[in-house]
Amino acid sequence: MSHAEDHDDNRRDFLYYAAAGTAAVATGAAVWPLVHQMNPSADVRALSTIRVDVSGLSEGSQLTVKWLGKPVFIRRRTAEEIEAANGVEMSELIDPLARNANLQDGADATDANRALDETGEWLVQMGVCTHLGCVPIANAGDYALDSGQGGWFCPCHGSHYDTAGRIRKGPAPENLPVPPAEFIDDATILLG
Amino acid sequence: MSGIPHDHYEPKSGGEKWLHKRLPIVGLLYDTIMIPTPKNLNWMWIWGIVLTFCLVLQIITGIVLVMHYTPDTNLAFASVEHIMRNVNGGHFIRYLHMNGASLFFIAVYAHIFRSLYYGSYKAPREVTWIIGILIYLLMMGTAFMGYVLPWGQMSFWGATVITGLFGAIPFIGEPIQTWLLGGPAVDNATLTRFFSLHYLFPFIIAGLTMVHIWAFHTTGNNNPTGVEVRRTSKAEAEKDTVPFWPYYVIKDLFALAVIFAVFFAIVGFMPNYLGHPDNYIEANPLATPAHIVPEWYFLPFYAILRAFTSEVWIVQFFSFITGGIIDAKFFGVLAMFGAIAVMALAPWLDTSSVRSARYRPQLKWWFWLLVIDFFALMWLGAMPAEEPYATFSLIASAYWFAYFLVILPLLGVIEKPLPVPATIEEDFEAHKSATGGTKTLPDATPAE
Amino acid sequence: MFKKLTLAGLLGLGLTSGAFAAGGEGHTEDYAFSFEGPFGTWDEAQLQRGLQVYTEICSACHGMQYVPIRTLEQLGYSEEQVIAYAESFPVIDPASNPELVDPDTGDVATLKPTDHFPANNALNAPDLSLMAKARAGFHGPYGLGLNQLFNGMGGAEYIASLLTHYTGDDKTEAGAVLYENTTYGGYFGMAPPLYGDDVVYADGTPATVEQEAKDVAAFLMWAAEPKMMERQQAGFVGVFFLVVLSVLLYLVNKRIWRPIKYGTKA
Repeated sequence: MSHAEDHDDNRRDFLYYAAAGTAAVATGAAVWPLVHQMNPSADVRALSTIRVDVSGLSEGSQLTVKWLGKPVFIRRRTAEEIEAANGVEMSELIDPLARNANLQDGADATDANRALDETGEWLVQMGVCTHLGCVPIANAGDYALDSGQGGWFCPCHGSHYDTAGRIRKGPAPENLPVPPAEFIDDATILLG
Repeated sequence: MSGIPHDHYEPKSGGEKWLHKRLPIVGLLYDTIMIPTPKNLNWMWIWGIVLTFCLVLQIITGIVLVMHYTPDTNLAFASVEHIMRNVNGGHFIRYLHMNGASLFFIAVYAHIFRSLYYGSYKAPREVTWIIGILIYLLMMGTAFMGYVLPWGQMSFWGATVITGLFGAIPFIGEPIQTWLLGGPAVDNATLTRFFSLHYLFPFIIAGLTMVHIWAFHTTGNNNPTGVEVRRTSKAEAEKDTVPFWPYYVIKDLFALAVIFAVFFAIVGFMPNYLGHPDNYIEANPLATPAHIVPEWYFLPFYAILRAFTSEVWIVQFFSFITGGIIDAKFFGVLAMFGAIAVMALAPWLDTSSVRSARYRPQLKWWFWLLVIDFFALMWLGAMPAEEPYATFSLIASAYWFAYFLVILPLLGVIEKPLPVPATIEEDFEAHKSATGGTKTLPDATPAE
Repeated sequence: MFKKLTLAGLLGLGLTSGAFAAGGEGHTEDYAFSFEGPFGTWDEAQLQRGLQVYTEICSACHGMQYVPIRTLEQLGYSEEQVIAYAESFPVIDPASNPELVDPDTGDVATLKPTDHFPANNALNAPDLSLMAKARAGFHGPYGLGLNQLFNGMGGAEYIASLLTHYTGDDKTEAGAVLYENTTYGGYFGMAPPLYGDDVVYADGTPATVEQEAKDVAAFLMWAAEPKMMERQQAGFVGVFFLVVLSVLLYLVNKRIWRPIKYGTKA
């Protein structure tokens, strides 16, 4: 085999690989949009953060808003509810973790770690029972105050949450999760 | 599979033998992909692959669009806008689908005219031809129903006018039209059934495409000479043919890449050029656009439909002898479908013993006139129905029928064909020296 | 019921007859826009000015129901600016926007960025979301569409041209005042909306009739085809790739056919 033919063979191989490689890249480039189009569309993504006007909320009342397709409880707690929540020993809790998306993962489930603000007045949490996903009822269950205020009770399988939204009794394994939330001004909470 | 002698798949390893005994699928694929193909096919033989790719493109983009589209008269238009504005890459996928229909029809017309020129429809390929016409009819139905889905003004009024064609059928026309629409007029029932059928038809087309391929793999491909591959021995057959892979696969892929480059330029830079602005106005049953024009690929047959008005003597004649049953409206519908039907009958109307127009000096002229006629009809279909366009349409329509009903049968008798090469090999060798290629390429220019 | 339908039908016919095929007699002036051609881009300042014209003038009669307000961020506005814009945008025709009306109290909601621009059918003026794609500027010659091939579809040109080509003549027909317009090619129902200095541009651009018309036409082109730049980019990448692939496949094809054609080794 002459040197020239050898050279020719290499050229041919290179050409074949280049063509096959380009064709493979083109195929990949054609497949990606077909996969990506199934990801959330712009209108859905635009709803991943919402602003909630809480100016109309008085002490001891609760607002339920839909965020990411699920209910979020925004509660302005009374002093009694905060006091009751603070009075609980960590050892009494089923789930000792805060489950607060705004804090680091291992944070304790103290009331301060659950509440949104310094005073503890605002409690924002997902309204989805951690057992099987039902929506708990407010101001109900064994851990509501004597006045009937505070606490949540899930009617599906009887999970009781206290005034800080922590699981205390029943089949649910975890505290109600706290979503990413912050005050952007006095009357507006940004969710997500 | 074809009658052309060639190597067959031989299972070698134990696993291959095991599978081959139970399901000879590898053998089937091997025979399909390695099928001996005439080595002298020119660039007009690429359109089959282009069409196959169009079908795949339309099915894939279509399935994606269905994930976001809503077939409901109140929501359809808005859901298309949702695709255009919100869905990731949705605008491009939608434009691909929209313009993909045009590419599909460009390819199918090129494919059909290639068959007409080279006599691919002639015996023994009549079944391939008939199935091809069926596929073309299904394509027209699919494209028409797909055009209704965005629920724009042209969608709505196009659907109204075209389903009105069925209303022209005597006696049973109106019940048929009502049955098609699911009501007295185009409405939600129409939209949802068109959506369903628009999704179904492409899969029927895919099935027919396989039968189409099966048919011409049985007879063997036609080729520019119209001369059959020698089949007496494998050695002779191999002089006339090359295996489909890699020779034609690579050639077709090259053609496909060039065509798609042009296609992407259209989709990227002028996606609405072939569409109609009125379809960006939501359907309004209370207001008709001033000009209702079908998509460009329907225009030639639309022109034939409109050409036969009640002033035309042949229409009056038929109306008279049928006692008014065939009126101008119904005659137009018959003419439109007849224009396709005469095409389907071409294998039996063409009396010439020679297949390819390359060796038919007179047919060549008549053929190119037919191509010009086709474009003239396309242009006339977009013009308003008034003089002088009406007369031109009538002349052009008449030629369309004359080509199939008069010229094809007569020419076979009166025309004196040129000498046809004895074998494909002969043509291949002659053609390559005619195009200036030397018999052996100098090694010094491997870059070619 | 039937009376109402008939009335609506007559009204619809009266308002739209002829409106669809402005081509033919009308003449569209070929204004230059920055987004034209394969490498065109939006002129952000122009789109902002156009939004201002739409907001302050057009929106009084015309809705834009397919355009989400949040997408204004593409015009260079901040999130806060878009929120403020949405909150200040009036809902003129609540009946056409039932999703914004509280079914119990009848209160009309304040717009949020995630809402669309409201529909506005109070005066039966057509929605402008897609107007720049629903009109074409340059027909012909002889129905061949070659003009559009070279000058573009011309939707934005048509809008700008329409707004600047009133003759000042009007007539009253069946109780409706119709105004003559050479781009429309006859008389139609929209009174001349621009007289010059109808808005005060923040960037100091003189608000002549032509300037306002071009700005709002550019904005409406964006509103109709917000993904134009993404589309052109994808088209460019696609064409480039396919051309490279074509060249490679051409060479491969030549190479594999060589032994068949010339009897030499590959």
